[in-house]
Amino acid sequence: MTGNWFIHAAYLAVAVVFILGLKAMASPATARKGIVWAGYAMVAAVVVTLFWPGMENRFLIVLGILVGGIPAWRSGKSVAMTDMPQMVAIYNGMGGGAAAAIAAVEFARGEVHGTAITIMAVLGSLIGSVAFSGSCVAWAKLSGKMRKAYRFPSQQTLNIVLAIIVGWLGLGIIVDGDAWAIAILLFFVASLALGVVLTTPIGGADMPVVISLLNAFTGLAVGFEGYVLGIPALIVAGIVVGASGTLLTLLMAKAMNRPIKNVLFTPLTGEASEGGEAIEGQMQETSALDTAATMRYAAKVIIVPGYGMAVAGAQHKVWEMAQLLEEAGVEVAFAIHPVAGRMPGHMNVLLAEAGVPYDKIFDLEEINSDFAQADVALVIGANDVVNPIARTDKSSPIYGMPILNVDQARNVVVVKRGKGTGYSGVENALFYRDNCRMLYGSAQEAIADVIQHVKSMEG
Amino acid sequence: MEGIVYLYVFMLAAFVGYEVISRVPVILHTPLMSGSNFIHGVVLVGGMVALGHAETGFEMLLGFVAVVLGAANAAGGYVVTERMLGMFKSGNRKGGA
Repeated sequence: MTGNWFIHAAYLAVAVVFILGLKAMASPATARKGIVWAGYAMVAAVVVTLFWPGMENRFLIVLGILVGGIPAWRSGKSVAMTDMPQMVAIYNGMGGGAAAAIAAVEFARGEVHGTAITIMAVLGSLIGSVAFSGSCVAWAKLSGKMRKAYRFPSQQTLNIVLAIIVGWLGLGIIVDGDAWAIAILLFFVASLALGVVLTTPIGGADMPVVISLLNAFTGLAVGFEGYVLGIPALIVAGIVVGASGTLLTLLMAKAMNRPIKNVLFTPLTGEASEGGEAIEGQMQETSALDTAATMRYAAKVIIVPGYGMAVAGAQHKVWEMAQLLEEAGVEVAFAIHPVAGRMPGHMNVLLAEAGVPYDKIFDLEEINSDFAQADVALVIGANDVVNPIARTDKSSPIYGMPILNVDQARNVVVVKRGKGTGYSGVENALFYRDNCRMLYGSAQEAIADVIQHVKSMEG
Repeated sequence: MEGIVYLYVFMLAAFVGYEVISRVPVILHTPLMSGSNFIHGVVLVGGMVALGHAETGFEMLLGFVAVVLGAANAAGGYVVTERMLGMFKSGNRKGGA
C-alpha cells in the first residue's frame, strides 16, 4: 500500500460513506440524501488524492478532471429525461475505459509484477475494455445513431474466436511475467472488439439488462484496478457495485423471462424477419368523451402506464383520473410491466411518488389473469409490453417476452401521441384489434380531457 | 500476506453489495443502477494516481485519458442520478396533496 496514513484514513471514510449512500438510495425518502452524501465523498476523495506523496503532473490531473468533468456535467444537466438510459450507458462506458486505461499505464510503467497483480490487471483490462466498447455500442443504439441490431456473419463463431484470442493473450501475459508490448496491445484491441461484437446483435428490448450488466462489469474492473494500485477504497466501491450490479442484472433478466445467456448469445434481432404474421384490421380512433363514458360506467378499469406517460409527466393527472373513477364506484388497478420505463422499477417509483398507493399497483404476474374480467384496459404510452405478437409470432424480435394481456379486456383504449411503432420497432397487433380504440394526443392533455368529461358526468 | 488481506476485502465487499441490493424492493432498482454507476466513478481516483506516477509521454497520455474518462463517469453519473431523484421529489410535492 502506498500513500500516507492520512490519505488512507480519508479513503476509508469515503468507502463507508459510499456504502451508506448506496443504502440510502434504496429508499425513496432518503434517496436524494444518499446521492448527495456520495457526491461529497467523491469530492473529498479527489481532493485528498491530489496530496498523494510523490504525485507528479498535478496540472495535467486538474486539466483532465476539467476536460472530462465539465462536458459530462453539462450534458447530464441538459439531457432530456427520455434520453436518460443512454446517458447512464455512456458514463458507465467511460468508467470502464478509465479502468482499462489505468491498467494500460501500469503495464507501460512495468509496474505489474507477481501473479496475483498480473491476473487482476489482465482481468481489469479485459472487463474494462468490454464495458467501454460495449457501452459505446449501447449508447449509439439507444440514441438511434446505430441500427437497432446487427448480426455479424457467423456471429457465434466470431464470438468464440475472439474470446479464445482474448483468453490466450491474457493467459500468455499472466504466465510470461514480462510479456511483449505488442501482445499487451493486441490484448486490449481484442478486448475492445469483443465488447463491440457481443453487444451489437442485442436488440432494443434487452438493452436495460445489458446496461445493468455492463455497469456491474465496470464495477468489477474498478475493483481489480484498485488491487493493482493498492487502493482498498477502489476495491470496496468497485466490488460493491460489481456484486449489486450482477444481482440486479439477474433480477432484471428474470423479470423479463430472458435468461442472461439468452440475452447475450441468442439476441433479439430488433427487426421482424420476413414471413412474419400479417396484421389484419384497421386502427380505430376514439374521443376523450367516449373514453370517459366507457370508464365511468365500467366496473373494473386497469391502467397500463408506459414510458410515454412518464415522458409526458402525466402520472399526476392519471392518478387524479383514477381517484375520480373510484369515487364513482369503479374499481381501478395499475398494471406494471417489469421493463416499463425502459429501466426496471422506473414506473413504480413514478406512480408511488405521484401518490398512488402501493396496493393499487400490481406487477405482471399478479394482474395478468385479471384482464379477462376488466371492462376497460387503458394503455398510456406503452407499446411493446402490450403487443400480443410477443405471444404468437415466432419470427418477431420480441417473441417470448412476457406481456400484459391487455387484449383480453372487454375494451382497450390506447393513449398515444401518434401512429408509429414501439421502441423495438415492431408493429403492434393490439392496435388493430376490434376491441381496441386509439386516443391520440399527449398523455397529459388527453387525460386532462378525459377528467373533464368524467367530472361532467357526475351525479 | 497483504494480497490475502485484499482477497478478504474482495469477498466482504461482494457480500455488502449483495446485501445492499437484496433488501431493496424491485421498484427502486432504477435509482440504484444510476447511483452505483456514479459510485464506480471513484475510478477517477485511480486515474489520478496512475497519471501522478506516469513518466514517459505515452504513460502520461494514457493516464490523462483515464482521468478524463473517470471524471466524466463521476460528474455525469452524479448529475444524472441527482436529476432523476429530484424528479421523484418534485413529483411528491405536486402529488402529495
